[in-house]
Amino acid sequence: MVAEAVLKKIKQKKLSNLYSMETLLNDFSVGLFVMQAVILLIIILLMRKFAWKPILNALDEREGGIANALKSAENAKLEMQNLQADNQRLLKEARAEREEMLKEARDMKNKIIEDAKTEASDTANKLVAQAQASIESEKKAAIADLKSQVANLSLEIAEKVVRTELSNKDKQLQLVETMLGEKSLN
Amino acid sequence: MVAKKSIKFIKFLVLFLVSFNGFAGGDKNPQGNTIDTPDEIREYISHHLKDSHDFHFFTDNASGTHYSFPLPVIVWTSEGLKTFMSSAFHHDDAGHVVVEKGGVKLTKIHSKIYELESGASSVSFDEDHHATNAHKVLDFSITKSVFGMLLAGLLMFLGFVALAKSYKKGPIPTGFGRVLEPLVIYVRDDIARPNIGDKKYRKFMGFLLTVFFFIWILNLLGLTPLGFNVTGQIAVTVCLAIFTAIIYLFSASKDFWAHTLWMPGVPVILRPILAVIELVGFVLIKPFSLLVRLFANMTAGHFVVMSLIALMITLKKDFGPIGSTGMSLVLALFISVIEILVAFLQAFIFTMLSSLFIGMAVEEHDHH
Repeated sequence: MVAEAVLKKIKQKKLSNLYSMETLLNDFSVGLFVMQAVILLIIILLMRKFAWKPILNALDEREGGIANALKSAENAKLEMQNLQADNQRLLKEARAEREEMLKEARDMKNKIIEDAKTEASDTANKLVAQAQASIESEKKAAIADLKSQVANLSLEIAEKVVRTELSNKDKQLQLVETMLGEKSLN
Repeated sequence: MVAKKSIKFIKFLVLFLVSFNGFAGGDKNPQGNTIDTPDEIREYISHHLKDSHDFHFFTDNASGTHYSFPLPVIVWTSEGLKTFMSSAFHHDDAGHVVVEKGGVKLTKIHSKIYELESGASSVSFDEDHHATNAHKVLDFSITKSVFGMLLAGLLMFLGFVALAKSYKKGPIPTGFGRVLEPLVIYVRDDIARPNIGDKKYRKFMGFLLTVFFFIWILNLLGLTPLGFNVTGQIAVTVCLAIFTAIIYLFSASKDFWAHTLWMPGVPVILRPILAVIELVGFVLIKPFSLLVRLFANMTAGHFVVMSLIALMITLKKDFGPIGSTGMSLVLALFISVIEILVAFLQAFIFTMLSSLFIGMAVEEHDHH
């Protein structure tokens, strides 16, 4: 009877103690703890030296490389854009220059034509003026000549007239009279 | 290249195990009956959850043959360090076999090695099944868990050193490295960087990466029929948590201590109380939460999977052999798939929380 009760008690205790604090503490093995600490420490040190450091460095390097490549690609793109803009600008400039040159040429042509025209007209004017001047002077000379001839002719006529008139005394007086009458004393 | 190497390694491992099988087989099981009652199953499961001194695959109960290989026992006794192979205990786990080694008598009770007091020749138990004339010794044996750790460490080392070497050939790894590299990047970019900060994470990567893969590999090893339960050993999780605590307490910034010990912005009377709460939180509660979470999750996982497998036996009476086997198979398969997820999840959570605590400790406040 007593033995049975004790057995039952043991059994119950065993069941409830399957994972009680007591079993937990009983299961804690100091030796295993020490072994684990030593092994873990060694593994950490070994892995750090031979695995993690080279792996992480390689990863960093690779990621740095990728980042750089992306950056330089971006830069190249920007440069390309700049280059294109430059080209565009150059083209524009060239076009403007051509325009300018064409305009200049056109202007020069016009100017030359203009100049030629003015020069020609100047020369013509000069020639006309010279001609006119010479015509004028010829005319003057002709008039002077005519005048002198008319004067000479008049003198000759007058001489002849006077000669004929002065041969008669009455007539001479009559002439004086008419002349005096004409030239009233005023 | 890497795959070839790992295949070679597995071949070596298999050869190693099989050769041990050879001369370890043949020991007679003293009990010699099959495990078919709930109590025996419970005993079996709780035995499995514990660490053990030999690598046990299975026992043919009909002939009483154990298929296992012994592991070295290294104990610190009153007479100094003693080493021998665990085969000396002849698979006894109840204190029946006493090994005499250089003047000390050693015996194994529930996966723990006891030293008999001088004069005693056999262990006597009190009514709670505690040994009365023997005490536990400091046990540095290469137990199954230590063996598992070494195996996990070796696998990790081989895998990641191969990955590290593959970078010498080109920027992109080949072979198995392609699988490992995203995991390393995952730990770095999704665990360490966001929690610790871009400037300081690098210093802690060695610890975080090692712990992450160590826990994960051990958790996965625990799901294999080899029956490791390393991350379900409380000593192992205590050790991991203490490592984390030491790292964050020793790398804590001045700001952290200033905030913890003399919290600005609260009434002066409250500050000492807050300091005590914060200190207890950082020194005890946070590491405790880490170690209990991992231990409890892994232990529970093993417990559930094994219990579901045991349904095959316990439900045989009610559902017949086919029904119980089918049910057990479906349920165990379902839970095993979940356990694969949990294996990763626990490694992730441990690393995540470690980096979170480290991040809290190294954070510098620039607002005052």
